[in-house]
Amino acid sequence: MTALESYLPLIWAGIIGSAVALYVILDGFDLGIGLLFPFAEDEPERNQMMASIAPFWDGNETWLVMGGVGLLVAFPLAYAIVMPAFYLPVIVMLLALVFRGVAFEFREIGHNKALWNVAFAGGSTLAGFCQGLILGGMIQGIKVENDAYAGGSFDWATPFALMCGFGILSGYALLGATWLTMKTSGPVADRARSHAIWLLYAVLAFMAAVSLWTPAAFPQIRERWFSMPNILYLWPVPLLTALTAFVAWNGLRKGRETVPFVATIVLFLLGFVGLVISSFPYLVPPSLTIWQTAAAPGSQRFMLIGTLILLPLILSYTAYVYWLFRGKIAPGQSYH
Amino acid sequence: MDFDPVLLARLQFAFTISFHIIFPSFTIGLSAYIATLHVTALITGRDHYLRIARFWTRIFAVSFGMGVVSGVVLSYEFGTNWSRFSRVAGNIIGPLAGYEVLSAFFLEASFLAILLFGAKRVPRWLHALSAVIVAVGTATSAFWILSANSWMHTPAGYELRNGVAYPLDWWAIVFNPSFPYRFAHMLNASYLTAGFVVLAVAARYLVAGRHVEEARTMLRMAIGLLAILAPLQILIGDQHGLNTLEHQPTKVAAMEAHWDGSKPGDFHIFAWPDAKAETNHFEISIPHGSSLILTHQWNGLFPGLKDVPPGDRPPLVSVFFAFRIMIAIGFFMAAAALFGAFLWWRERLFETRWYLLTMAQTWWLGFVAVLSGWIVTESGRQPWIVQGILRTADATSPVLGHFVAVTLVLFVIVYAIVFSFGIYFINRLLAKGIESAADEPSTPTLGGALAAAGKHGEMLP
Repeated sequence: MTALESYLPLIWAGIIGSAVALYVILDGFDLGIGLLFPFAEDEPERNQMMASIAPFWDGNETWLVMGGVGLLVAFPLAYAIVMPAFYLPVIVMLLALVFRGVAFEFREIGHNKALWNVAFAGGSTLAGFCQGLILGGMIQGIKVENDAYAGGSFDWATPFALMCGFGILSGYALLGATWLTMKTSGPVADRARSHAIWLLYAVLAFMAAVSLWTPAAFPQIRERWFSMPNILYLWPVPLLTALTAFVAWNGLRKGRETVPFVATIVLFLLGFVGLVISSFPYLVPPSLTIWQTAAAPGSQRFMLIGTLILLPLILSYTAYVYWLFRGKIAPGQSYH
Repeated sequence: MDFDPVLLARLQFAFTISFHIIFPSFTIGLSAYIATLHVTALITGRDHYLRIARFWTRIFAVSFGMGVVSGVVLSYEFGTNWSRFSRVAGNIIGPLAGYEVLSAFFLEASFLAILLFGAKRVPRWLHALSAVIVAVGTATSAFWILSANSWMHTPAGYELRNGVAYPLDWWAIVFNPSFPYRFAHMLNASYLTAGFVVLAVAARYLVAGRHVEEARTMLRMAIGLLAILAPLQILIGDQHGLNTLEHQPTKVAAMEAHWDGSKPGDFHIFAWPDAKAETNHFEISIPHGSSLILTHQWNGLFPGLKDVPPGDRPPLVSVFFAFRIMIAIGFFMAAAALFGAFLWWRERLFETRWYLLTMAQTWWLGFVAVLSGWIVTESGRQPWIVQGILRTADATSPVLGHFVAVTLVLFVIVYAIVFSFGIYFINRLLAKGIESAADEPSTPTLGGALAAAGKHGEMLP
């Protein structure tokens, strides 16, 4: 094995980790709009909320495909174990995404907006909840024998995973609310700001709960965080989290428009870093590492060449689309 | 009750992928048409083409949305239902699918946003370019996914170690023996599918006397394209068939219901293949027809089903009949398009009412032909999931049968709802018709308020 080959799985773990983080943040805010949908006053308000994400949602959801396919590309063994392990949550998530995805166009054309409002709000909520269940299940660990999933169909269904489900929902709703604060004006933005404060409290409560629950329940996570000398390097993570939460809170209270959204993104990233610290180098905790599940070096190298060329392009034109559709959506406006 | 997980996983995949392929077959072709309209409008400076483009773009948006959501499902289904396939073929299939995502999906999503929502925010040339990029993106997507699919039919450039495929030569993998034929056949099929939808809609408007000016343009463009591509498809299909004979002779034997490889093959116009009795009932045949097509010789021989043990034969009835449906549609398409071109040449295209009335009913032809073609090639590969490497029965996930049954039912319910509404909404858009030149957008748009938006210009992170 050459030196590059031993680093390939690490590079790929970084790429897929970034794709998942990007997905959670980007689709997080547009799923969050779905979560906040039931709190809108009337149809024009819902139109306004929908318009604020219409040009972006498709690109955002592509990161989910990137995450899934990326796992198949770089870590086919992990893909082949994780997907059957979360069979029902994955499929229910996909079906929920079908409903919310078609709602964008159907709601626009159809007379019966109520039906597609329900599809959009319900689909977004269910998809987010399932993603939380999968996250919780990954932290708990997956039973593996002979390189295949060996657990039952409901191994993921634990109180911890349920809590992660609600935690992710509160996080997505916070992203959605701070997005609306930034990207809309009028009553929608005002209501989003007052929701965001409460959602921030909820997110912090869930983050605290996960931070206490995981070291208590999983010895390897306790070992990782609280043993010497790790604790010396890792204490800034919770401190930064607390600081970021304060920035978000302060920004919301002072009526700032961009700061709360950016701070929420940083909050998500810190949570993600925390999870990586807890589980690295395991991709299928607690048994298989990124090296054990890696694809053939030839496959990882072939794909890496394309990724290094195409990913910067993707990021540039994605950024261009966000820049093109900059500015706020006022009540009654649309891009059509 | 006993649930067979392999059968259920196959049913589920067949259902979800059949549902999915309906949309790409249409949107690959339609995006190329929309791009052509935009570029024509840019060159000629006529709004006429732009109005037609806007009309089809709305229909494209609905179809593309359904294609996206049903496609996301597939990228995860390889893992949820076919984890052992992912394990054995992941080193090969993974990167091909990965290139599809990186080179096509993101491109389509971003530039579709500009195409749909950016008309007032970007210069005309960039709007037209976005349409072209979306069209290129959909074709690129087809390139990679057909490469991956073709590798499952004609694997090349790999070696097996401990039952897992490892890449040796990526050029040989991507351009595996059946790929060029399959890619040409499917891409052309998409252009034909969209072409016949445009043709049918144009004919429908002309018969009804609606949007006469736009409908004539649409009809001429459709006939012009189809008169070339529909006959071409017969040639490509023939070449694809010869390639299949070389690499998957058993599939061809099933398509022809040809049992005895020591005798020349008749072409059965109709037959009922009986797998148990190893013979056909109710044959109506053209003597030596298959031999002539496949070997170009009266007494040419090609392998029969009996050359392989029964356990290695594909299902016969579905492959045999789907093949005949595809061929019948293919020849009808060529005849209809050439006859349309003839009428155009005789300057009777817009006056021949019976022709327009017939064409108005043909929108579904391409879809049925595409589905039939996929049934032929995929069922024809059975019992293999990757020809010669992995059997379908060994490729599933360790998931209990009744869960696959439950999710199958969920898929059927959800897709039935979504599909019905999709068709209903597309019909509404067709009934609503093309906006007239006088129509102005009634709601305030962000384009008009761009300067205002720039003022409180909040840039996104």
